[in-house]
Amino acid sequence: MNAFDIIGPVMIGPSSSHTAGAVRIGNVARNIFGKQPDKAEIRLYNSFSGTGRGHGTDKALIAGILGYAPDDGRIANAYEEAKRLGMKPVVRFLGEYPSFHVNTAELLLQKGKEKMRITGKSVGGGRIVITRIGEYETEYTGDYPCLMTVHRDIPGVVSEVTGYLAGMKVNIAFMRLYRTQKGSRVLMMVETDNPIPFEIEGLLSSRPYIEKAAILRGM
Amino acid sequence: MGKTEEEIVSAMGERYDVMLHVYMEGIEEETRSVSGLTGGEGYRLMKYEEKHSGGLYPRAAARAMGIANVNASMGRIVAAPTAGSCGILPATLISLAEQHHKGKEEVVNCLFTASFIGEAIAENASLSGAEGGCQAECGSAAAMAAGAGVELCGGTPGQAADAAAFALEAVMGLVCDPVAGLVECPCIKRNAFGTVQALLAIDMALAGIKSIIPADEVITAMGEVGRSIPESLRETARGGIAATPTGKKIAERLTKSSDPHFPS
Ligand code: SF4
Repeated sequence: MNAFDIIGPVMIGPSSSHTAGAVRIGNVARNIFGKQPDKAEIRLYNSFSGTGRGHGTDKALIAGILGYAPDDGRIANAYEEAKRLGMKPVVRFLGEYPSFHVNTAELLLQKGKEKMRITGKSVGGGRIVITRIGEYETEYTGDYPCLMTVHRDIPGVVSEVTGYLAGMKVNIAFMRLYRTQKGSRVLMMVETDNPIPFEIEGLLSSRPYIEKAAILRGM
Repeated sequence: MGKTEEEIVSAMGERYDVMLHVYMEGIEEETRSVSGLTGGEGYRLMKYEEKHSGGLYPRAAARAMGIANVNASMGRIVAAPTAGSCGILPATLISLAEQHHKGKEEVVNCLFTASFIGEAIAENASLSGAEGGCQAECGSAAAMAAGAGVELCGGTPGQAADAAAFALEAVMGLVCDPVAGLVECPCIKRNAFGTVQALLAIDMALAGIKSIIPADEVITAMGEVGRSIPESLRETARGGIAATPTGKKIAERLTKSSDPHFPS
C-alpha cells in the first residue's frame, strides 16, 4: 500500500469493484483480443447482473472494451461512444450463477469472423483477474506487461521465448502455462517487470509452431 | 518506486485538483444517480444552508453529499479511501481550508497525513465495507479527515491522533447495508455524517480533549469488530436498512435481471 492506494484511484463512480474494476476487465480483454471488436456481447452474472445497471457496470465494460481508462469522463456515455466508434454492444443481465465469482463478466468479442471469449472477475478496489481466455482457464491480473503466446505443446518453446526476453534484458516476474490437454496447444503468459520490445512479436509469430504471439501492456 | 519527493507531491496535487473540482461540481445542480434512487441531496442542503447560514458543519456536510452525488451519477472522483466514502475527506479539508484561508499546498500536505492514517488502518484493520462494514469505509474516511484536519488547523500530531480516534470510536461497529447493493442509500448521507463527525473530532482535539484509548488501539479494535460483523451486514445487501421492507421493494424494482435462468 502506498499513499496513492489510499487517496485514489481517480475514477468514474460509483463503485471501485462494479465500475472501475469493470472498466479494467474491458481494457484487459481488449488488449488480449488485440483490436477493437465490431461486436461485443457482454454477459453479467451474480452481483454484476443484480446491481450492474445501477452501478453502470454495462457502460464501464463497454468503455473498457473501447480502450477508455477508468477515470475517463466518457464512460457515462459509453453506449453513444460505442455507436460513434462502430462497435455494437449487446448486454445481457443473466442473474445468479453460483459457480462464478460474485462479480463476473463474460465478454464475447467479435471482429469479422474472428471471435474470442474472455471472462473476468472484479475482486475489489478496482483489481481484477481474467479467469478465462478462449478455452483456457487463466489467472491474469493485467498489472504487468505480458507476452502471450499460443503455441504447440512441444519441448523447447518456453526456453526459446525466455531466451529472447533475457537477450533483451527483460526480467520475468511471473510465468504461467495453460493447456487443455497434453500434447495439444498451450497458452503461455509471461509477465515481466519491464516493457517488452515490440520486435519479439514478429520474431515469434514467424515460428511455425507459434500460432500467435502478442504483447499486452501492463496497467 | 524511485519517485522523487517533488513528483510525489505533484501527483498528490493532481488528486487534490480532482477533489476540488468535484467539491465545486457536486453542489452546482441536482444530479440524478444512474439508478434514479438518489440525487440532489448536496445541492438541497447547500441551498438551505445559504438561506439560514447554518455555518461550517452543514456547509461541509452539503459538500460531502454533493461529492457522493457526483460519484453516484458516474462522475469523476478520487476514492478516499473508497468510492462510497469519497465525500468525507475532501469536504472536511476543503471546507476547513476555506474557513481558515489555507491554500492548496497546505491541503496537499495534509492529504499525506490522511493517507498515513489510512495506511495504518489498512494494515491493522480494513478499509473495505465487504470486510469490515461501513466503519471501515466511512469511519476510516472520517478518521483520516479528522487527523488531517487537525494538522491543517495547526494542531499537534498527538491531537491529530486523538481526533482520528474520536472519529473511529463514534462509528465503532457501523454496518455496511446498501439498499439494492448500490452505493447510494445510506452511503450518500453517511458521507455527510462522517464529515460532521470529523469536524467535531477536530474541534474536540483542538480544545484539548484527550482520547482515553490511544488511536492505534482503537484501530485494532475496529478491525476486531469488523471481523465479528456477520456477512449479511458487510456489503451483501442482506441486512440492516437494505433488508427493510422498503429496501427490499426498491431492490426488487431496480435489480430485475432480464434473463435469469440462462443455460451455459
Ligand atoms: S454502507 Fe457500505 S457501500 Fe455504503 S458507504 Fe458504507 S461501506 Fe460503502
